[in-house]
Amino acid sequence: MKTVNQKAWFFVLPVLALVAFNALIPLMTVVNYSVQETFGDNLFFWQGLDWFEQLLRSDRFHAALGRQFLFTGMILAIEVPLGIAIALAMPRKGFWVPVFLVIMALPMLIPWNVIGAMWNIFTLPGIGLLGYLMNETLGIPYNMTQDPVAAWITVVVMDVWHWTSLVVLLCYAGLVSIPDAYYQAARIDGASSWKVFRYIQLPKMRTVLTIAILLRFMDSFNIYTEPFVLTGGGPGNSTTLLSIDLVKIALGQFDLGPAAAMSLIYFAITLLVSWLFYTLMTREQAK
Amino acid sequence: MAKITLSRLRHSYLPDPKGPEDYALKEIDLDWQDGGAYALLGPSGCGKTTLLNIISGLVIPSEGRILFDDVDVTELPTDKRNIAQVFQFPVIYDTMTVYDNLAFPLRNRGRDEATVRRRVTAIAEMLEVTELLGTRAANLSPDNKQKISLGRGLVREDVNVVMFDEPLTVIDPHLKWKLRSKLKELHHRVNATMIYVTHDQTEALTFADQVVVMDLGLIVQIGSPVELFERPAHTFVGHFIGSPGMNVLPCELRDGAAFFGDTRIELEGPVTREGKRTEIGIRPEFVSLAEDGLPAKVRKVSDLGRYNVLEAMAGETRIAAVIEGEVPGQGETVHLAFRRDHTRLYADGWLASEAVRG
Repeated sequence: MKTVNQKAWFFVLPVLALVAFNALIPLMTVVNYSVQETFGDNLFFWQGLDWFEQLLRSDRFHAALGRQFLFTGMILAIEVPLGIAIALAMPRKGFWVPVFLVIMALPMLIPWNVIGAMWNIFTLPGIGLLGYLMNETLGIPYNMTQDPVAAWITVVVMDVWHWTSLVVLLCYAGLVSIPDAYYQAARIDGASSWKVFRYIQLPKMRTVLTIAILLRFMDSFNIYTEPFVLTGGGPGNSTTLLSIDLVKIALGQFDLGPAAAMSLIYFAITLLVSWLFYTLMTREQAK
Repeated sequence: MAKITLSRLRHSYLPDPKGPEDYALKEIDLDWQDGGAYALLGPSGCGKTTLLNIISGLVIPSEGRILFDDVDVTELPTDKRNIAQVFQFPVIYDTMTVYDNLAFPLRNRGRDEATVRRRVTAIAEMLEVTELLGTRAANLSPDNKQKISLGRGLVREDVNVVMFDEPLTVIDPHLKWKLRSKLKELHHRVNATMIYVTHDQTEALTFADQVVVMDLGLIVQIGSPVELFERPAHTFVGHFIGSPGMNVLPCELRDGAAFFGDTRIELEGPVTREGKRTEIGIRPEFVSLAEDGLPAKVRKVSDLGRYNVLEAMAGETRIAAVIEGEVPGQGETVHLAFRRDHTRLYADGWLASEAVRG
């Protein structure tokens, strides 16, 4: 006869407690807020799905969401090809390998708010290296605190500077795992360098590239610190991405209900896109 | 198809080689006849892969020349040499189908689709992979992947040479047999020069008509499997080929005769060279038990089914003998006789006796 030992549940308890405290309970609090109105003093009024309805019809949310997709789309379109190109150009063996790896890893080691502050100073028109160079030396008007286009370019370039390394390092890991025999066989088969890339390097990078794109999507979609420190969402609302807007609603206006509803929708979008992308990529691979 | 000539080839992986020990290849002179089946046999690190890569153009030799049909190709890049190589681990293009894999070398050289179809179909049939042509190459078993790598080498009709770099390493033992005989059969059908690199004597001896034995960057002997077995040119070949390997007994030369200790050993014929270190070489297959001969104490008897391998100690020297029928027990003292026409002298490692003519 099979006996079931219920004591096993005790082993699961620590994990359950941990997950409850760092994920389940906070998330449930947000769910709780999202269906109620509160004015503080622990007074809550039932609101149903009103916040969700309001949010989905709000122009402000649509605008922030649009900016968010534009930002994520732009940085992916730049970082992925650029990352692959840099990884291909990096040396595979010899003295320079560790040097390049460290240089590549540096931007990722800097605290995020420091990166925002660095780029803020870097681009200041009067004193920043880039700002001074553009305005005074080259005579190109460039002021990201006043011009939305300049602000956008700066935010995107900053993210490319900060995160292309991640794509590079992951792709590089995929590239160095290719045995020499593959390149030798391709030479014997008379393959051009484009075909070597298309049929040997790209397929071998595919798994790591999927991870890289997924990570870059999630991180850039949830980006907050760097643009907040750099532009504060301005000029106007031009660089107010979703998370910046969310914090404005939650902490600036103290509208906890709408902010909670927005968090949940935000979370759902991130999850949905990530799942879709991952499923499509892995299904293609399994074929 | 072409005759391949290696002339005074030397190679070092160091930028500034000093002594002979810095060379992976020390002076190689060799002709590979058109259409031959060759094996390059030697222990790991003997330079056989270097030699192979020099022929395929993946490595440019430090010194010496390579000729294909008397045309110098030493500096020619791999894709211009028209050679094929199969590597230790199967190389296949994962995202392509088996058909596209086989067609790849032809399409890269701009052949029209009709030719491609004809060649791919023919090769697939030869390798018995016709029913796999439509499947994605990534899903194949290792032996089928290796067959596809091989097929990509054979698909071009005009290759100068097909080279195999230990191609059966990752194949299951029971499939090794099948693939090995397949290779032999393919050689008869396509008639290309084939060079098979391996450290496995069975693979080399079953595949090749001519075996090139290498050690420490040098060619030690070139010969048919029978020649290598019967007349090893060097004690290394004697050790390396045959199982168990050749017995090597230190000996002294006195008045033109060889003495092991105080026992006079009759050689096959006259001594041709003398050296600092002289040894007698005799294969265990030609050592037998006798009423009177070299006394030795039996140390171990291994029953290999059809015959027994007896290991006996004559003083400090171990002598193996292949014995059919009754074997003495461990610890007994026996007398060993050597078949005279297979008892050879080696001076400083190299063969130093010759057979009596007639």
